[in-house]
Amino acid sequence: MWKGPLPWLKPAVFVGSLFPVFRLGAAAARGELGANPIATALNQLGLLTLTFLIAALACTPLKLVFGWTWPIRIRRMLGLFAFFYASLHFLTYAGLDQVLDLKAIFADITKRPFIAVGFAAFVLLVPLAATSTDAMVRRLGYVRWKRLHRLAYLAAILGVIHFVWRVKKDVSQPVAYGAVLAVLLSTRVVAYFWKRLKQRVSRGIPATMAAGETETRSGS
Amino acid sequence: MKLPKEPASSEVTAESLYVRRREFIKNAALFAGTTTAVGAGLIYLASGGKADSPESPASEPPKAVTAPPDPRAELAPLRGRFDTDEPMTPFKDVTTYNNFYEFGVDKSDPSENAHTLRPRPWSVSLEGEIKKPQKVDVDALTKWFPLEQRVYRMRCVEAWSMVIPWLGFPLAELIKRLEPTSRAKYVAFTTLLDSAQMPGQRRGILDWPYVEGLRIDEAMNPLVLLAVGLYGKELPNQNGAPIRLVVPWKYGFKGIKSIVRIQFVEKQPRTTWNLAAPHEYGFYANVNPEVDHPRWSQATERRIGEFRRRKTLPFNGYGEQVASLYSGMDLRANF
Repeated sequence: MWKGPLPWLKPAVFVGSLFPVFRLGAAAARGELGANPIATALNQLGLLTLTFLIAALACTPLKLVFGWTWPIRIRRMLGLFAFFYASLHFLTYAGLDQVLDLKAIFADITKRPFIAVGFAAFVLLVPLAATSTDAMVRRLGYVRWKRLHRLAYLAAILGVIHFVWRVKKDVSQPVAYGAVLAVLLSTRVVAYFWKRLKQRVSRGIPATMAAGETETRSGS
Repeated sequence: MKLPKEPASSEVTAESLYVRRREFIKNAALFAGTTTAVGAGLIYLASGGKADSPESPASEPPKAVTAPPDPRAELAPLRGRFDTDEPMTPFKDVTTYNNFYEFGVDKSDPSENAHTLRPRPWSVSLEGEIKKPQKVDVDALTKWFPLEQRVYRMRCVEAWSMVIPWLGFPLAELIKRLEPTSRAKYVAFTTLLDSAQMPGQRRGILDWPYVEGLRIDEAMNPLVLLAVGLYGKELPNQNGAPIRLVVPWKYGFKGIKSIVRIQFVEKQPRTTWNLAAPHEYGFYANVNPEVDHPRWSQATERRIGEFRRRKTLPFNGYGEQVASLYSGMDLRANF
């Protein structure tokens, strides 16, 4: 961990990312989570999951826009923390909120779109966490690994929908998370087309033609 | 003048070590700074953008923690025929875990923000299809009837519940006194509209002012209370001071708070949550474990202070008193 430039970065993000779970645990032990502690814990763990998912998805756009490379170095850790908090969120729901009432949990997941999208987002994160090691990247091959890990976008979008459907009326907070996610995703789309355009131009093909060719290609 | 003795060469730090030490301190400082920033940022986001946890003692109004020494002992002789003997939800939870969007959408917001409400002087306008429409001061209104203690279950549409000792008088007594005409088919209630006192009204989350309503026969049911207090004291602002509605067999949002107008009307009033999301919140809003909210189950609930969920009862356990009001009605369609 303590290697290369910015040796403090990874350990610092690691320790800082554990703060909320210790704080939550301490508050729960002291009975300071309010009148409905399970709901409070669920809310906090859900918000943390979404925060880490979005943070992990922010690394590449930050590099594209500002040329920073340091976020890429903590991207895997951020993604794994997203999975860590998602697991705690799900376990709190299944174990504490529903007290492992499997029938009720199954009914919730199958009957309620709000729970279903949240559960789907969590399930999508499982293969990503499982293939997060260097060895798995090598085994899958980088191209396939990368394609698989695009599921993170879908998980984040489902996470935002889960949040929107959870609130009774005031959607300002979920919309804020959704807006950040939209900016991050559109940065990649813009960067993708910008790169293609530049490649064409550097090969001497006019931009208008390049655009036309893209269309023909996608049509074929 | 005497110069201090030069240190022995063995005591002088080697330059390479000295430089490394400086780098180490720099890295340690950056580590500590980043850790704190990451941790604090996450905690801020996890608490929904609030600087501190809702339970921090500093943010708690001192008023909310002064329950009578042993409320149960004090109130026990007052328990009547409609009262539940289940353990009461602690005063602190009743007064810090509230839905009162006029003061913010978080449960802790009302107890933190409702100090801007001025519950006195307060007048209630009695209007519509009654013998003598009038405006009456809330203290005068309260003196028309003897106050009663009622220990009721309160079931929120969000699937949590409490047991609250209310202090108030039956709405039926007021209605009888006002002598409604034959055209009075419904009773509509309106909350104060004043964004200076209720800062949450500056945001268009709901169509302010809050309006609720009951069919006149529902309103006449002896369970319905106009409450002016809880736990033997005046209503705290966050619980709907100075006067609020309590309809124990319906979801909590029917219990409109800080009432300024009671209107007797011929047509079913357009009620706030029903307007905001008609397929989620019906006009009747009777507690019904069989009819789920589109987004969550109503079959079970968490009693505040309990760990395990408990089964939700039809009409919140008041079926014996109220089920006949709805005989012949499809309660799935009229949810």
